[in-house]
Amino acid sequence: MPKSKIFSSFDAAVAGIPDNMTIGFGGFAVVGVPVNLYGALARQGAKSLTCVSNTTRGGATLPEDAPSMEWLIRNDQVKKVVCSFTAPTRASQRLVFTEYYESGRIEAELVPQGTLAERLRAAGAGVPAFYTPAAVGTELAEGRETRVFNGREYLLEHALPLDYAFIRAYQADAFGNLRFRRAQRNFNPLMAMAAKTTIVEVEEDILPTGAIDPDDVHLSGIFVHRLVKVPPAPEGWWPMRPAEIAARSAAR
Amino acid sequence: MSDTKGLTRQQMCDRLAMEFGDGWVVNLGIGIPTLCSNYPFGDRAVVFHSENGVVGYGPLAAPGKEDLHLVNAGGQHVTMNPGSAIVHHADAFGMIRSGRIDVTVLGAYEVAENGDFANWKMAGQKGGGIGGAMDLAACARQVFVAMEQTTRRGAPRLVERCAIPVTARGVVDLVITNYGLFEITSDGMTLKEIAPGVSVDEVKATTGCNLIVPGDVPPVRLRG
Repeated sequence: MPKSKIFSSFDAAVAGIPDNMTIGFGGFAVVGVPVNLYGALARQGAKSLTCVSNTTRGGATLPEDAPSMEWLIRNDQVKKVVCSFTAPTRASQRLVFTEYYESGRIEAELVPQGTLAERLRAAGAGVPAFYTPAAVGTELAEGRETRVFNGREYLLEHALPLDYAFIRAYQADAFGNLRFRRAQRNFNPLMAMAAKTTIVEVEEDILPTGAIDPDDVHLSGIFVHRLVKVPPAPEGWWPMRPAEIAARSAAR
Repeated sequence: MSDTKGLTRQQMCDRLAMEFGDGWVVNLGIGIPTLCSNYPFGDRAVVFHSENGVVGYGPLAAPGKEDLHLVNAGGQHVTMNPGSAIVHHADAFGMIRSGRIDVTVLGAYEVAENGDFANWKMAGQKGGGIGGAMDLAACARQVFVAMEQTTRRGAPRLVERCAIPVTARGVVDLVITNYGLFEITSDGMTLKEIAPGVSVDEVKATTGCNLIVPGDVPPVRLRG
C-alpha cells in the first residue's frame, strides 16, 4: 500500500523543502490562495526561492495580517518572482515586494496572465514551448523569437515547470482527487500539473478514496502528493467577508 | 479625479455598453470599465467573462451575502447568472486567445491615433501590472478603452504615439473619455460624439493628435 498523502499539519507538509526551489502558488484575488501554506513556508525558512504566482499579494479580500508571499519576501527567502503583476493593482496599495525589487534584492519576471497560465499548462502537458499572440510588439517581446503563422506574428514562450505547487481546494479524497468550488479553481490545477510535488490545503474533511464521483473530479490525484485539512479559525486561515476584514483591520 | 467636466464615469461606461450586441461575450478590465455591467441591457443577453474562469457572472453580491469563493477579475464578490460556467485559468485565456471574446473594455494611460495603447507601466516605473490586458488586447475581437481625457496634470491621453510602453499595437477601436466618444480606423481618430457642456475646441485643445471632426458632432448618447 502506498504511503498516505494525508499530513497532520502544514508544517509537516512543508518540512524538508530545500533551498533554491521553484514554487508555484495558486489562487487569484485571495480565492483559492494557499494562505496557510504560505505561513508554514515562512516558518520553515527555505531560501533562494523562485516564487510563481499571479501577484506577490492577494487582493483587497485578504486581511492585512494573513500570510502571503510578502511573509517570504520579508524573511529574505525569495530570490525571484514570476508574476503577471509586479506593481500594485490599485494606486492605494503598497507592496512589500516593491521595496525589495527597487533596491535590487529580488529579481522579477513579468508575464502576461494568459501566458503565465499557458506556460504552466504546457509544463503539465509535456509541451516544452508554444507561440502566443500576447505581448507581440511590446517591450516584453524585444529580442525574442517570433514566428508568423497564417499571416500573424506570435511570440515563443517556454513551459514553466515547478518543483513544488502550493494550492487550495474545496474537497479531496485520500488519493488526492480534488474538487474546487466556484472561482477557487483559477491557477490551482495548472500549478499542480506543472509541479513535481503538489501540496494542497483542503477546506472540507478529507474524504475516503473514491468518495468523489469520478465525473466530478477537477484534478486527478496523480498530480497531488500531500494533503492537509485546514483547521477551523483562528488556527487555520479562511476567507472573510469584506466587512469582517474591515472590522479586523480597525481592531488592530 | 483630474477633471470633472463632461461625462461621469458611469455615463462613459453606459455609452460603451450601448455598443454591446445581443449574445456578446464581454470582458471588463478592472477600474472604470467594471461600471459597464451596471448598464440596463434589457432584452440583450450579455455574457460577462472573467480571466479567473467565471463565465457569465452577474451583479455584485449584496453585503453580507457574498459567496467567498466567487469573485470577478477585479476581486469583487459577484453573483452568477443562469447558464454560468467555471473553468480554470488556462481555459479562460484559451477563450480569449481563440477569439471567443467579442469585446474587451480596458482602462489606459494613453491611446494613440493608430490604435496602439498603453496601460501596464507608467513612465519611469520599474515593473508593472499586466494582468490579462496583453492577452485581451491582442485577441479580443474589439478593444474599447474608457479613460479620462487628460492626466491629472492636464496632459492629453489621446496622443500621436504612445510615449510609455504599449500593451498592444493597432488594436483599439473605440475610446470613451469624459469629453467624448472617439473612433479609430485606418483613417485615424474621429470624434464621433461630444459630451454635453464640452466644446469641439476644448476637445481639440486636450487631444494630442490629429483629430477628424465631422461638420456636425452629435452629443454622447446617455442612458434613458
